[in-house]
Amino acid sequence: MTPVGIDPVSAERAAGTLAIPERAAAAAAEPRRRRLPVLSLGIIGLFVLVAILAPMLSPANPLDQSLRNRFKPPVWMEGGSTAHLLGTDRLGRDILSRIIWGSRVSLAAGVVTVLLASAFGAAVGLVAGYYGGRTDAVLMRVTDATMSFPVILLALILAVTVGPSFTNVVVAIAVILWARYARVIRGQVLTLMGLDFIAQARIAGAGAWRIITRHLLPNTLNTLVVLVTLQVGYVIIVEASLSFLGAGIPPPTPAWGSMIAEGREFVTSAWWASGLPGLAILLVVLAFNVLGDWLRDTLDPKLRQL
Amino acid sequence: MIRFILSRLLQSLAALAILTVVVFVLARTTGDPLHMILPMSATAEDYANARQYLGLDRPYIEQYLSFVGRAVTGDFGTSLRARRPVMELIQERLPNSIRLAAFAMGVSLAFAFPLGILAAVWKGTGVDRTAQVIAVLGQSLPTFWVAIVLVEFVGGRWQWLPAGGIDGWSSYVLPGFTLGWFVVAGLMRLLRSGMLEVLDSEYVKLARVKGVVEYRVIWLHALRNALVPVVTFAGIYFSILVTTAIVVETVFAWPGLGRLAYDGISSRDFPVIQAVVLTTAAIVAVVNLGVDCLYALIDPRIRYAR
Repeated sequence: MTPVGIDPVSAERAAGTLAIPERAAAAAAEPRRRRLPVLSLGIIGLFVLVAILAPMLSPANPLDQSLRNRFKPPVWMEGGSTAHLLGTDRLGRDILSRIIWGSRVSLAAGVVTVLLASAFGAAVGLVAGYYGGRTDAVLMRVTDATMSFPVILLALILAVTVGPSFTNVVVAIAVILWARYARVIRGQVLTLMGLDFIAQARIAGAGAWRIITRHLLPNTLNTLVVLVTLQVGYVIIVEASLSFLGAGIPPPTPAWGSMIAEGREFVTSAWWASGLPGLAILLVVLAFNVLGDWLRDTLDPKLRQL
Repeated sequence: MIRFILSRLLQSLAALAILTVVVFVLARTTGDPLHMILPMSATAEDYANARQYLGLDRPYIEQYLSFVGRAVTGDFGTSLRARRPVMELIQERLPNSIRLAAFAMGVSLAFAFPLGILAAVWKGTGVDRTAQVIAVLGQSLPTFWVAIVLVEFVGGRWQWLPAGGIDGWSSYVLPGFTLGWFVVAGLMRLLRSGMLEVLDSEYVKLARVKGVVEYRVIWLHALRNALVPVVTFAGIYFSILVTTAIVVETVFAWPGLGRLAYDGISSRDFPVIQAVVLTTAAIVAVVNLGVDCLYALIDPRIRYAR
């Protein structure tokens, strides 16, 4: 007689007697586990290191102007020199140094914004999903209203009314971005709430706080990690767009977006002035997106995102 | 179904109501609008008169109600800069934005559908890999950077296509492609993952076992169901499109709503900003409402879930 709770098939399967053909089929159906994106991790690690060590790595002061040295091309082009490895911009400032310092702005904006937004959004999602009913309805209406508000419009308004600054950029993006976390997490919590272990936790006398922090939150962490990684890249692009429009990090602080804006009219004659910061954005965002995709495939294959 | 539409309509109205409060508060907390309207030489008496004339001396709640009352009838006041009714400006610009957005949507659908479906059907082949590269690049390249490169090279140096303002259908090509590029990437990924999931499902296997021709399996059985997640995300796509349009219209000097917003913000033209924000939000709300109704029509489970 088999022990209670274990049906004969699964007992045999566990013993490895029955399941040989089925096991092979299961192995074939299971999506091939994708390799760890080493290159992406390397790029992200490199830029993080550069951002932290900017004062030591930067070959020149990113703010030093020298009008005699305007638009010097990068070292590998004709007329380039080792004094400015990646050339200079329209005010003769060293582009490599500006890209190095600019990485601080981009990475900090990306990470801080996404952390703020995900913490708040997850909290809203957990509360809405747990309590349901009227709480859920109200919170989700606010979420919908937030989602329908164009991020850049709010950031532009803030930049004009309060003045452009790093804090305002972070706030403006986070104030909109949390809504997406709230929606996704709430959806997951609704599914979890129907499962037995939540009911059992309730029967065991667990309170709302305990159920939310000990049972619901850990079960949504995978999704959170995936969303956070995927959105760092998006936020870096939005921050750069804002700096580009003049509503982001105010000059003379070097930011990739404003570097592109300043070099804009000279793209055909001095492509490096806006081409190279553009390349930096592309590399970082690409790395975060590829890493995020890999995390999703590994941790949460069902998650859909844009 | 009618009950569902009505409740969704109420929700949209509630979301818009929240937004009017936000816009009103933002506009009022950013300083005395009289400083911008009255000349430098204005006396305290002029200020008092103007305040009474514009109703700024009344209680906030009364001001808010009259603001909403006028906004509902399409009266957003007079632009501080253009000295014309804001509604006129909006009516002038909105069609240009809608045409551009429609063109961009057309472009992205034309690219995303074949690419997404073929990438799923021929998973792991060169087509699939090319599509993936396009998708990741599309989500990692900053729109404004692409826009600049196109303006300066295709429109400037080579002069293949017009890259500023509206001058015949060819003006749509560059801004339209720039705007559609990001959407192609997201849409294609959603279609691909949706198709892959459906193609793996039991009923598609059954259809194949029954001997249904492969192209019917793909186009009739699989695609219809793979479209459901696309419809879910259509609302979010649209608000991303609106956000991106601000940047694209600014770079391409496109006389649309986004450009109007940017100009309004850089000249602190508050009536214009309020009007653009509320118009945009109303359009996004209407589109979302439409999407939800469409969704409920396709998938009856949604109607009863609420």
